[in-house]
Amino acid sequence: MSGSNTGPVVGERKLGGYLLSALAWFVGFLFFFPVFWMVLSGFKTEADANGPPKLFFEPTTEQFAEVTNDTTGLLSAGEAFSNSFWAVAISTVLVMLLAIPAAYALSIKPVDKWRDVLFFFISTKFLPIVAAILPLWIIARELNLLNTRLILIILYTAMNLPLAVWMLRSFFSEVPRELIEAAQIDGTNLRGQITSVILPIVAPGLAATALLCVIFAWNEFFLAVQLNPIEGSTVPIWVTGNVSTRGNFLAKLSAASTLATLPVIIAGWLAQKRMIRGLAMGAIK
Amino acid sequence: MAEVKFDAASRIYPGTEEPAVNKLNLDIGDGELLVLVGPSGSGKSTALRMLAGLEFVNDGSIFINDKDVTLAPPQDRDIAMVFQNYALYPQMTVASNMAFALKQQGVSKEDRMARVKEAAKILDLEPFLDRKPKNLSGGQRQRVAMGRAIVREPQVFLMDEPLSNLDAKLRVQTRTELADLQARLGVTTVYVTHDQVEAMTMGHRVAVLNFGVLQQVDAPRTLYSAPANKFVAGFIGSPAMNLLAASDVGGRAGIGGVQVPLSDAVAAAAGAHPARELTVGVRPEHLQLGSEGIPGEAIVVEELGSESFVHVRIDHLGESTTIVVRDEGETDVRRGDNVSVGFNGPVHLFGPDDQRISG
Ligand SMILES: Nc1ncnc2c1ncn2[C@@H]1O[C@H](COP(=O)(O)OP(=O)(O)OP(=O)(O)O)[C@@H](O)[C@H]1O
Ligand SMILES: [Mg+2]
Repeated sequence: MSGSNTGPVVGERKLGGYLLSALAWFVGFLFFFPVFWMVLSGFKTEADANGPPKLFFEPTTEQFAEVTNDTTGLLSAGEAFSNSFWAVAISTVLVMLLAIPAAYALSIKPVDKWRDVLFFFISTKFLPIVAAILPLWIIARELNLLNTRLILIILYTAMNLPLAVWMLRSFFSEVPRELIEAAQIDGTNLRGQITSVILPIVAPGLAATALLCVIFAWNEFFLAVQLNPIEGSTVPIWVTGNVSTRGNFLAKLSAASTLATLPVIIAGWLAQKRMIRGLAMGAIK
Repeated sequence: MAEVKFDAASRIYPGTEEPAVNKLNLDIGDGELLVLVGPSGSGKSTALRMLAGLEFVNDGSIFINDKDVTLAPPQDRDIAMVFQNYALYPQMTVASNMAFALKQQGVSKEDRMARVKEAAKILDLEPFLDRKPKNLSGGQRQRVAMGRAIVREPQVFLMDEPLSNLDAKLRVQTRTELADLQARLGVTTVYVTHDQVEAMTMGHRVAVLNFGVLQQVDAPRTLYSAPANKFVAGFIGSPAMNLLAASDVGGRAGIGGVQVPLSDAVAAAAGAHPARELTVGVRPEHLQLGSEGIPGEAIVVEELGSESFVHVRIDHLGESTTIVVRDEGETDVRRGDNVSVGFNGPVHLFGPDDQRISG
């Protein structure tokens, strides 16, 4: 950065810089605080959590034990996590498998009318999901898919596909055309060009796209609660299951929410490593 | 080893009217280094990419070794290409970059490594085999791109301005090395450049393109001594040939009030046109400053050490025009001197159709 300017200007810039970073820290803190409070409350007793706000208390894992404890007739944590895991994992893999060729056909060798195709993809997101829930529910019922993991896999794939196609398309467009031509001349077929040249270069983009799909699918609540209230319920439903009409539940809810957040954080951390490594490879030019 | 033939090959890009390459006819011999040269936008890259199979051929055909490859995809043509920006695979090491094509051909790992090592030795790349392209200098990247082409031992090398990203000194050095390497390997090569010095120094033959049309293809010395038309005459040679609309001096072509010297045959052929419709072309090195000739005033003196170029303002066709004259290194001429420009070499005449009139 600049450092060779005359005194007063540097001073002003520095002061401005300090103010800006102070502001950034403040905003960051503002965002982070509720999450921090949630995690903290997860380690409190119900009495502590529902009393006046306390920063210092005797921590307990009692709530975590409680929320992961199976109670007959209620959705267990294990079941919810396993349902979520499969719905998220399979839908994300499907999305990537479908979006990669689609993105190729929209950027590197664009099909005729690719703009229209691209618009079509995003237009499927125009309809509010609430407006579609009744037909979806009826279709699911007719196909005997209510309360199955399969219906969520299908819907999460459909839900994330347009976004993934759009994101991957823009990453693919960044791949220098000469690289693909060089691969062609070097004797690769289409599959070879995609797997040995394009995908390694767009790896950070793939990681970012997959991460977003994972997050959106993991956090999805509306479809799950409408279509799978009994069986095949996912983590968000399990979290809300800890809201009770009898007695206090803030600490329990906090503990459950903390557990529900963990996988996303881990996925984010893994993807970030991949993204940074990809970028550090000097992927593009 | 291969011969290459363009047979009236044309390329019209979708959405454009004018062909980028217009009915190109070109025969390239086995082991020949043919340079495609021309100004920016003249269709050099397009012609090369047509041969590579990267660009659709709208009309005509292309042959490699008498085999019609007009519709063959690049991977079936057994060619290697060096791109202007090298197009090295960023995620692979130098060795993997060079071995990539062999891997596609199913060459065993030991053979791949042996051939990569051999090429690396030729190109002085041995210390860099494990590096990624981004950790190399421009010149090293250029050599890796070359290496990637030579390990394949292809039928034809295609090079699109492979030296244009190097600095001037390295460019001259690499140019020599490249020409030497090509001669040693004896692989038919098509080399694209917009730099006429590169074209003249490297090419066994040089094909000059303008607006997608082939102007002339000949050995460098023929291009220099007998340019087919006004465009080639002005394009080849540095500094450029002086090209002036002829003045009529006693019914024959002249510059200012002085007749240009012509062989009898050329003079006779030129006689078919009025002098005023002809163009006179004469290279700076075929003019001299002396006591006789076209009177003028020196306005710029460029001293390059071994030679110098004097820009002389003369009166020609009622206007003042500048012509460039080569003089010896330590010239006494100074700006503002009155000088006379005489002829000491061939003078070219171009007819109303811009073609050179030969005797
Ligand atoms: N993809 C394309 N679509 C339409 N026109 C194109 C395309 N590529 C090139 N052209 C046009 O074709 C003509 C020839 O282009 P080409 O790239 O072959 O020129 P070139 O001789 O290689 O020039 P340069 O020295 O600048 O590289 C130019 O007029 C250019 O604008
Ligand atoms: Mg070009």
